[in-house]
Amino acid sequence: MNLLESLKIHSSIELHLRTIWARAYVRFMATFRETSWALVETLLPVLGLSAYVFIYRAMRAAPEFTGYVILGGAMTAYWMNVLWSMASQFYWEKMNGQLEIFLLMPSSRMAILLGMALGGMFMSTLRAGSAFFIGLLIFRVKFSLESPFLFILAFLLTLTALYGLGMAFASLYLLWGREAWHLSNLFQEPIYLLSGFYFPVRALGVIVAAFASIIPATLGLDAMRQLMFPSTLYPLFLSVEYEILILGALSILFLGLASKALRTMEYLGKTTGTLSLRLQ
Amino acid sequence: MFPSIQTVHLKRFYTKRRSKREKETIKALDEVSLEIQPGELFGLLGPNGAGKTTLIKILTTLLLPSEGQAFVDGLDVVKQAALIRHRINMVSGGEHAGYGILTVRETLWMFSQFYGISYAVAKKRIDELLALVELKEEEKTRVNRLSTGMRQKLNFARGFINDPKIVFLDEPTLGLDVTSAMACRKFIKRWIAEHPEKTVLFTTHYMAEADELCDRIAIISHGKILSCDTPANLKRGVQKEALFEIEAFTPDSLMEQLSEIQGVLRVSSHRQPHSSDTLLRLSLQEDAVIARVLERITAMGGQIRLLRKTEPTLEDVFVSIVGRTFEEDESVRES
Repeated sequence: MNLLESLKIHSSIELHLRTIWARAYVRFMATFRETSWALVETLLPVLGLSAYVFIYRAMRAAPEFTGYVILGGAMTAYWMNVLWSMASQFYWEKMNGQLEIFLLMPSSRMAILLGMALGGMFMSTLRAGSAFFIGLLIFRVKFSLESPFLFILAFLLTLTALYGLGMAFASLYLLWGREAWHLSNLFQEPIYLLSGFYFPVRALGVIVAAFASIIPATLGLDAMRQLMFPSTLYPLFLSVEYEILILGALSILFLGLASKALRTMEYLGKTTGTLSLRLQ
Repeated sequence: MFPSIQTVHLKRFYTKRRSKREKETIKALDEVSLEIQPGELFGLLGPNGAGKTTLIKILTTLLLPSEGQAFVDGLDVVKQAALIRHRINMVSGGEHAGYGILTVRETLWMFSQFYGISYAVAKKRIDELLALVELKEEEKTRVNRLSTGMRQKLNFARGFINDPKIVFLDEPTLGLDVTSAMACRKFIKRWIAEHPEKTVLFTTHYMAEADELCDRIAIISHGKILSCDTPANLKRGVQKEALFEIEAFTPDSLMEQLSEIQGVLRVSSHRQPHSSDTLLRLSLQEDAVIARVLERITAMGGQIRLLRKTEPTLEDVFVSIVGRTFEEDESVRES
């Protein structure tokens, strides 16, 4: 490789890194400048998950079920963020005329999506973390992490696959146009059920759980629950190792799909002219 | 040296679905061949739907041509789009750049990062641009608190953040009040004066704006370039005709009657705002014909408020080439 080529690669990497950071910066700033989320997105989820906690307690379910609900309730912040701030984002950018600006810039569209994803993860982690710790405190949940390393790995892979899915949706939503709004609504509640946000997914049966595993939150939640409550008697879905492997595969699949969907979306848009025209 | 922008027999069609089974093909650009040299401020003048934005979108790599070729800075817009994007930028009227949560300075910084510009260079350039668009005092104001005019100024600054070699301005003053539009024109003039080697392609349907700013103008209608020259040369083409403006209260059938008078080449009418009067613009073979025109207006019961001999404008040029005013051309397209 000659000097010119290595310089080109270096400047290309620098461009992508700067793009990722700049796009993520918007969401970092939004987290600190619009602090109304602290009340709405921390206390309301805690109130929401409290209902499930009291149901489990009334049924005299094992104490770990309270932990399952708190973990699931906290993780809803990510799913909401993926649907409303990742998947729909390009569609909104198109509606306010900003998508064109992004498309005529030299930085890669994947870098823009990655920036959005990182910013979104940060934003949602503050929300999810707050809801999680408040939930643990209020309901005095005791847990013992069997392997912190595996827990962090499962958590990070869940986020990678989840946001990879959101990145792929971003292009697809753009192609589906105004249907996007309905799609987010359609995906929101059923996924809470299918992925077992408030109960172990195994309760739905092995076939439904296997089907629901295409949503990364399903396996991620199951793995993290197993690691938080290793002595549970309730059967969980797959072994943690398998779940982590599948989450890794899903991450690669969704990121690859996102990249392919972006290219297809851009090509179709440039051919038909619908990329830059609003309300189409 | 190659041209900054070159199009060769460029065509673009859109397919529009009329019903579930029926599709209609619309020709947005038809055999457009243009050459714009480095350092030119080139105007593309035409009514809404003439094909100006389609041409800009092809040149900015946002749209693929259906036939023909287009080159920007010598690079093919289809095969070398990625290279072109480092050298260009675009500002469109009515677009919102950035996010309301960020301040003016942060917004410009964000866009500078999308071009891979280092912090030090970005800071210096943002300072210069903020001074140029007169937004220095608002640099810490959040974008969602800016007025429409200020947002467009910010958008202008965004369009120049990468120090582009070629800038595309697509109706940049659209929807702006008089003062903001003037500030935008001032910015363009200042920027081109400070960067004589750069090229600007400017589209507008405001004739006076094109006349004030552009070195050369191409008149486009229904996707075709009808004429291309300097504003002075374009106007010289209609100079041989005698041009008059009459402001009058006129009966509805007058237009037809006036066109029938011998020596009247063209008549266009514009309804005057806040009054029942009409402004008639007449192109006559010679000055003497005006006497017959005035006679006919009075004979038909019209009341003349004002009569003046005028110099040709770009509107006269457009009418002489297309045979219709901008408004009439737009309605023909819509129908």
